[in-house]
Amino acid sequence: MTRWGMVIDLDRCTACQACVVACRVENNAPPSGPEFAHQGRDISWIRLGSIKHEEAGNRPGLSLAPLPCMHCENPPCVHVCPTHATTIDEEGMVAQVPARCIGCRYCTTACPYTVRQFNWRLGQWPAPLDQGRNPDVSIRPRGVVEKCTFCAHRLQRARDRARYEGRELEPDEYVPACVESCPAEAMFFGDLDDPHSEVARQAASPRAFRLMEELGTRPKVIYLSKGE
Amino acid sequence: MDPDTTMVDPDEVLLRPMQRTGWKFWLFSAVMLAIWAFGMYEWTVQLRSGLQVTGLNVPVYWGLYITNFVFFIGISHAGTLISAILRLCKAEWRRPITRAAEVITVLVLFFGAGCVILDLGRPERALNVILYANGHSPLVWDVCSITVYLTGSLIYLYLPLIPDAAILRDRMPQRRWFYRIVALGYRGTPRQKKILETAISVMAVVVIPIAVSVHTVVSWVFAMTVQPMWHSTIFGPYFVVGAIFSGIAGILIAMAIVRKVYHLENYLKPVHFNNLGLLLLVMTLLWFYFTFAEYLTTYYGSEPDHMRIFTAKIHGQYAPLFWSMVLCCLVIPFCLLVTKRTRSSVWGCVTASVAVEIGMWLERYLIVVPSLSNPRLPRADVSYAPTLVEWSLLASFVAAFIFLYGLFTKVFPIVSIWEVKEGREKALSEVEERIREALPGITPDAPAVGPAERQRRDQRDAQPVLTPAS
Repeated sequence: MTRWGMVIDLDRCTACQACVVACRVENNAPPSGPEFAHQGRDISWIRLGSIKHEEAGNRPGLSLAPLPCMHCENPPCVHVCPTHATTIDEEGMVAQVPARCIGCRYCTTACPYTVRQFNWRLGQWPAPLDQGRNPDVSIRPRGVVEKCTFCAHRLQRARDRARYEGRELEPDEYVPACVESCPAEAMFFGDLDDPHSEVARQAASPRAFRLMEELGTRPKVIYLSKGE
Repeated sequence: MDPDTTMVDPDEVLLRPMQRTGWKFWLFSAVMLAIWAFGMYEWTVQLRSGLQVTGLNVPVYWGLYITNFVFFIGISHAGTLISAILRLCKAEWRRPITRAAEVITVLVLFFGAGCVILDLGRPERALNVILYANGHSPLVWDVCSITVYLTGSLIYLYLPLIPDAAILRDRMPQRRWFYRIVALGYRGTPRQKKILETAISVMAVVVIPIAVSVHTVVSWVFAMTVQPMWHSTIFGPYFVVGAIFSGIAGILIAMAIVRKVYHLENYLKPVHFNNLGLLLLVMTLLWFYFTFAEYLTTYYGSEPDHMRIFTAKIHGQYAPLFWSMVLCCLVIPFCLLVTKRTRSSVWGCVTASVAVEIGMWLERYLIVVPSLSNPRLPRADVSYAPTLVEWSLLASFVAAFIFLYGLFTKVFPIVSIWEVKEGREKALSEVEERIREALPGITPDAPAVGPAERQRRDQRDAQPVLTPAS
């Protein structure tokens, strides 16, 4: 069974935030403006945050790292959602159903990575920004939670194309926007269960670690520590 | 049997609030409803513009609304639990205070549940919690246990109300049709009495585990996450203790007001304040014990994520609130309740109770907000300050609660008439019988003294035996 996952190499990451911009454009994140951002209500499915980790030679390190949803295999948000509005599918993607979400924000408080976002207001796209919206991703209404989907709409597209051409989905046919945009090639994406995939090979590196492994959430976003 | 045969009815004063309504009540209603209406207007603002009108943000996703939810549900432990325990313990002094307590429970539960609706981003979808219920979610457990508790407390309030409704039906010229419906044809026949008493004692037993479960489940909303200073095994009992603590304080405040407004000094006596004050003192110490255990464990564990929140509370951003909480929940009530002089006075109990309510609200706030504002992955510095909308909705709910409580006292007697009567007529002999059963050396023959003398002696002798039954 496919198990989608991501590897982020902190040795290569320059913290340029290309992934953050790519994500916002790809997923129709509403522009915030300085005031809203200052209130801490900006919606960004991936952000840059500082994380502590061990560098090579057991040196303690502090890195700026891209923080998408970790797509945990034991996701705290899915357990606490009272309405099954957030779910984990058989391929390990943690998804949000905005149409069912009641906006109680229990998932956002239960997530130890604080990567879930809430629509404090209805998103607005002043012209000409409204021309640049992605038709594949629906606009979320006010009052619901949203989150990184690993760009599931891209997977949907790739599957449709493969089915139309009457073949199986190729492993490199689908990557999220953040991975595609990374100029330093620090991000890898693919099937963690496929031993031949690049992402599985990277995940097996001795530098690999997961954020807050001790909490038992088993993230599928794997970081490679600095210091090679 | 009745020692007050010279009077027409000794409990006439209890009917007076239902018979006469002065301008003071209308003024009180107008003020309370005005505050309520202002809050409701602010709510429409929130419904129109979304939760951006609150001070909530990332990472402080929960604030005043959830604090108020926990606080209101806590107060609800006033009534049902306390009254059920006192009833089961056969504490005879409970008779005039049980109803005043039970009404608090039923009314405040609606406002507790209402706070969650205020907090929802999509309140119109609230029913999804039932339609698509996820059994893993503590919020769903909450919905279940609060519904059961509300139903249970309503029945438990209603059952002892039936004989009083029958009295009102027979005595009151006004609203007779209403009391006839509520009284369900109760005539006080021995069979009816027996059924009613059985039902009340069954409900008194049933309602205790339900009440304990409610605040335990409320605490699990927090404790079942892995967030620092929420993920604690002690939270269930800690919340229940806090709930009973604020609940008793709530009863004391309500009793003092009702006593003053309706001149019920003969019913709500210093002994009631003293006994409930003693219970409040015990809860003060229990609250301190739990709080101390919780914070000391965190301090000694000194995990960095927990310590960030711990220090923010002890000597950081939240220190003023934290130490106010300690002052209000421990220092003030302990000093006032530890000596009998202030404990058995109304002002002493009320001051302690008001302090406890403020302190317990602060405690709930200090559980919800500091943990959220110090997440494991530090974010840009964003702090939470509640806005006018949030404050006015708190005021609105408090005002609506006080108004409905006042309205209840205008429709039903706030002191249970039949239970007081029954206590006056039967309890003395029952207590005597109980003591005779429990202690050696008391002959089964009745002592050779008249009923008046016997009553005087019984009051003198039996009272100290009864008091510790709480």
